[in-house]
Amino acid sequence: MTWDWNAVGDFMPHFWDGLLVTLQALALGSLLSFSLGLVWALLMRTPTRWVRWPVGVVTEFVRNTPLLVQLFFLFYVLPEWGLAFSALTTGIIAIGLHYSTYTMQVYRAGIEAVPVGQWEAATALSLSVRRTWTAVILPQAVRRVVPPLGNYAISMLKDTPILMTITVLEMLGRARLFSQQHFQFTEPVTVIGVAFIVISFLASLLLRTLERRLVR
Amino acid sequence: MTTGLWELVLKGVWTTVQLLVLSALLAAAVSFVVGIARTHRLRTVRFVAGFYTEVFRGTSALVMIFWVFFVLPIAFGWQLVPMWAGTLALGLTYGAYGSEIVRGALNAVDAAQKEGGIALGFTPWQRLRLILLPQAVPEMIPSFCNLVIELLKGTALVSVMGMGDLAFSANLVRLALQESAEVYTYVLLIYFVIAFVITRLMRALEKRLKAGIGRDPGTERTARAAKRAQTTGVGAAGGGAA
Repeated sequence: MTWDWNAVGDFMPHFWDGLLVTLQALALGSLLSFSLGLVWALLMRTPTRWVRWPVGVVTEFVRNTPLLVQLFFLFYVLPEWGLAFSALTTGIIAIGLHYSTYTMQVYRAGIEAVPVGQWEAATALSLSVRRTWTAVILPQAVRRVVPPLGNYAISMLKDTPILMTITVLEMLGRARLFSQQHFQFTEPVTVIGVAFIVISFLASLLLRTLERRLVR
Repeated sequence: MTTGLWELVLKGVWTTVQLLVLSALLAAAVSFVVGIARTHRLRTVRFVAGFYTEVFRGTSALVMIFWVFFVLPIAFGWQLVPMWAGTLALGLTYGAYGSEIVRGALNAVDAAQKEGGIALGFTPWQRLRLILLPQAVPEMIPSFCNLVIELLKGTALVSVMGMGDLAFSANLVRLALQESAEVYTYVLLIYFVIAFVITRLMRALEKRLKAGIGRDPGTERTARAAKRAQTTGVGAAGGGAA
């Protein structure tokens, strides 16, 4: 096995560029999935099955099919429909949409965990529907929702390399480009492998601290 | 779509299924070995197993695939057939996730069961084989079902390496037909059907295993459904305008 530290040094500037794109995709993808997931979760609680049923079927479908193929679908089909986004935007939409089908279950569990008495109290105080949700239910659900949402954010981080396949130059894309130009595969791929381990480990530590704070 | 293209898709399905079965077997083996090692009484064994889990859960599956396909041949001189390289990368990564399931289920077995084994003079291996695993395994099945579906979705990643799985043949057919929406919809549907079959099989397996230790999964599920109906009923009243 040969390990060339010079190659690592040469790769580092590209690595930082890639990291920036990865973190950008992660931040926007998380934001999208967290908000869309809440929308799905609330739609699943509407009284008419004409809303619940289609939302349930579509999210179930998205959850059980590969993100990679969904990404290709969006990347090649959206332009045909006249919606031209940049590769990075398409990737963020794909990740956000895919993970929103997971986060909706987190929200559902969080909302269901709010004791029934809270609903009854809101009714007894004749709060409006909007007030019931924003002032009573959601603030209590958020505490239970944050740790699992954080876990999904870490999963999303680990799925960002998929964006490489639609020409986004995130960490893995940068590594591949560098490898092809310099014929050095070992160092760049190993560097980003280690980077993923370090980032997800730090993120899980951060999450554990956050969890401890929220539970108090 | 012409018959020739359908044949291509079917070949892709076959590769995907093969890869899924092989890497699921490897992942299951890794899950049990690492998961059981994490409940070992020696601290060193627990640490090594925990380290494995952290490392393989920490990396992205696609990065692992890149590593196995590109770094392994150059750095160590091990050139693997694509099918085995894919199996290795996916099996090791998802095995790390599976080890958490195994550990959790083993720890969830009532402590009195383990103590009973000690009182009866069972060796650690006998306790594991005769007392802990028969009770823990049925509890693992729902989580493993989710993991296998994640693995199925993960198999699509090998198409990036040019392996002719379902996602790869989808790209070929798209290039031939220039009908992206249609082709990808079919392929997504095929993946969905495979996932559905997996869910059914795992549910049947869970039922059999639970019946083997005298538990009826049916009653638990109806109880859960009743509880859900109750809570959604209350929520629906408030969620009308949501």
